[in-house]
Amino acid sequence: MKILVIAEHDNQKLAPATAHALGAAKALGAAADVLVAGHGCRAVAEQAAKLEGVARVLLADSPALADLTAEALAAQALQIAKEYTHILVPATAFGKNVAPRIAALLDVAQISDIVKVIDADTFVRPIYAGNALATVRSGDPVKVITVRGTAFDAVGEGGNAPIETIEAIAESGPTKVVGREVTKSARPELTNARVIVSGGRGLGSAEKFHELLEPLADKLGAAIGASRAAVDAGYAPNDYQVGQTGKIVAPELYVAIGISGAIQHLAGMKDSKVIVAINKDPEAPIFQVADYGLVADLFQAVPELTQKL
Amino acid sequence: MKILVPVKRVVDYNVKIRVKPDGSGVDTANVKMSMNPFDEIAVEEAIRLKEAGVASEVVAVSCGVAQCQETLRAAMAMGADRGILVQTDVELQPLAVAKLLKAVVEKEQPGLVIAGKQAIDDDANQTGQMLAALLGWPQATFASKVVVTDGKLTVTREVDGGLETLELPLPAVITTDLRLNEPRFATLPNIMKAKKKPIDTLTPEALGVDVTPRLATLKVEEPPKRKAGVMVGSVDELIEKLRNEAKVI
Ligand SMILES: Cc1cc2nc3c(=O)[nH]c(=O)nc-3n(C[C@H](O)[C@H](O)[C@H](O)COP(=O)(O)OP(=O)(O)OC[C@H]3O[C@@H](n4cnc5c(N)ncnc54)[C@H](O)[C@@H]3O)c2cc1C
Ligand SMILES: Cc1cc2nc3c(=O)[nH]c(=O)nc-3n(C[C@H](O)[C@H](O)[C@H](O)COP(=O)(O)OP(=O)(O)OC[C@H]3O[C@@H](n4cnc5c(N)ncnc54)[C@H](O)[C@@H]3O)c2cc1C
Repeated sequence: MKILVIAEHDNQKLAPATAHALGAAKALGAAADVLVAGHGCRAVAEQAAKLEGVARVLLADSPALADLTAEALAAQALQIAKEYTHILVPATAFGKNVAPRIAALLDVAQISDIVKVIDADTFVRPIYAGNALATVRSGDPVKVITVRGTAFDAVGEGGNAPIETIEAIAESGPTKVVGREVTKSARPELTNARVIVSGGRGLGSAEKFHELLEPLADKLGAAIGASRAAVDAGYAPNDYQVGQTGKIVAPELYVAIGISGAIQHLAGMKDSKVIVAINKDPEAPIFQVADYGLVADLFQAVPELTQKL
Repeated sequence: MKILVPVKRVVDYNVKIRVKPDGSGVDTANVKMSMNPFDEIAVEEAIRLKEAGVASEVVAVSCGVAQCQETLRAAMAMGADRGILVQTDVELQPLAVAKLLKAVVEKEQPGLVIAGKQAIDDDANQTGQMLAALLGWPQATFASKVVVTDGKLTVTREVDGGLETLELPLPAVITTDLRLNEPRFATLPNIMKAKKKPIDTLTPEALGVDVTPRLATLKVEEPPKRKAGVMVGSVDELIEKLRNEAKVI
């Protein structure tokens, strides 16, 4: 078994999802090489070298990789892919963009969003918005896998892996990044937060969404999430969306406020350790997964909660 | 420019699915089937590009069982000009679908393919990217805005940190995210008209594509159920429980 983990980063910082992908490598039972492909990204390689379970960090640094496009990253990974039996990528927007290109060009199936390793060829993955779990076995020589971060603990620090520079691709391909709009927030990142306060259409407006949820999140040291309906209505930016087609989260505490609990939303948060729901409708399906449910008008209950915490 | 839109027949998003007791899969007999919601968004985008004079023809293609014809009719009722069914009873996995679509692309020579970002049954989120790779085309996944100007695409994508805007040449593959547009409902006259629009039927054999599944599904089971929680009567009680029972605050 030889495992390659493709690092997610922005040329400066290694994304925490990478340490979770290494957690899946650990479940497979072997140390992994980590590919850091980008431009001016030595700092990222140094961060990766410190993680546990890393055999070598392979650094590919080239202006052609600066934009981190799927085309360029896949081309870089394919330079070395055939040396490995398993290629693990975080199941994030970054990883989902790149991994299928690698799989297709290796002519192998991709195994998406695994939540459990059974053995070197066999994995469990959710289907139908997590309403069923499929155990699948791959007969392909290389397994290209995306890893659901919430299902595998991040590996810790304390490693000291060597960093080897490998030959980087010279051609970037035709796609150019011409703009980035990064949501700025001093709060913890949604997929890593210990506590999440999440708001739905019940908040009624962008003003109320912020006015009610931010002080509560401040008190709890929480990240803020949202339902699709809240994002569609413009209460919150797109990267706040939790659900089947948004982010998958599993914090210790998830507080759902004015969220009905559609299956697509539940798919993103039902593995949270403790779920609290505040909703004025006692029949709301969110109460079926909540550990603690409060039937109340959120416009009264949330300020009261914030004040009393 | 011709636009090709792959549309998948899936269990309707409102259906609460049931895992078969023998663990062999999900019960899809007698449940409502619909077009994958992301593919409706893809069809809508293609039609809008046609209405804006950017595209000349919108071709919907579906791979799977004979009933995928219904999905193609739904796409044509929205405004697609014609349909292609790649008919097979074999369980199709994303790599196989991507290979079939590649063969259709080579035949039809579209300037743009717009697919859904993921199908809501298998949640694989692979097919569009695989197709782009096999064709050697650039890709713009998870699109929330698409602009076509003289042979060039500008696409805004929903990524984990916010939004990213890409510029890429045609031909290319786009995959749609939820906020790209709001798909129209088909009107009754358009549903009637769609019945007369042509559907070509092809087979994987005729396209020279081996669709043998690469992943074997060993079993399908229900996820562990959460144990039922309690209702609290007041904010004070909620705080008390979170502090002393759950110990999370
Ligand atoms: C293909 C597809 C993918 C999707 N992906 C996602 C996804 O990733 N994430 C996601 O979240 N959704 C997703 N959805 C949408 C999902 O189906 C629901 O429409 C959405 O989650 C509803 O959001 P909501 O709960 O905020 O709104 P609603 O369902 O409108 O619920 C609002 C709730 O607020 C309560 N409320 C109103 N006023 C008050 C008040 N004053 N006090 C207390 N409670 C109040 C109401 O009782 C109600 O329960 C998807 C849908 C489709 C078709
Ligand atoms: C447990 C299990 C049981 C299954 N059982 C069956 C079965 O009984 N019968 C069966 O046919 N399949 C079956 N499948 C296959 C599965 O439903 C999908 O067809 C396949 O894995 C493709 O994945 P996806 O659609 O999620 O791909 P994604 O990559 O998520 O799809 C993205 C986009 O690609 C396009 N696309 C995908 N598939 C098609 C298509 N067929 N035609 C046109 N466009 C498409 C659409 O635009 C779609 O939005 C099964 C899979 C599993 C895991």
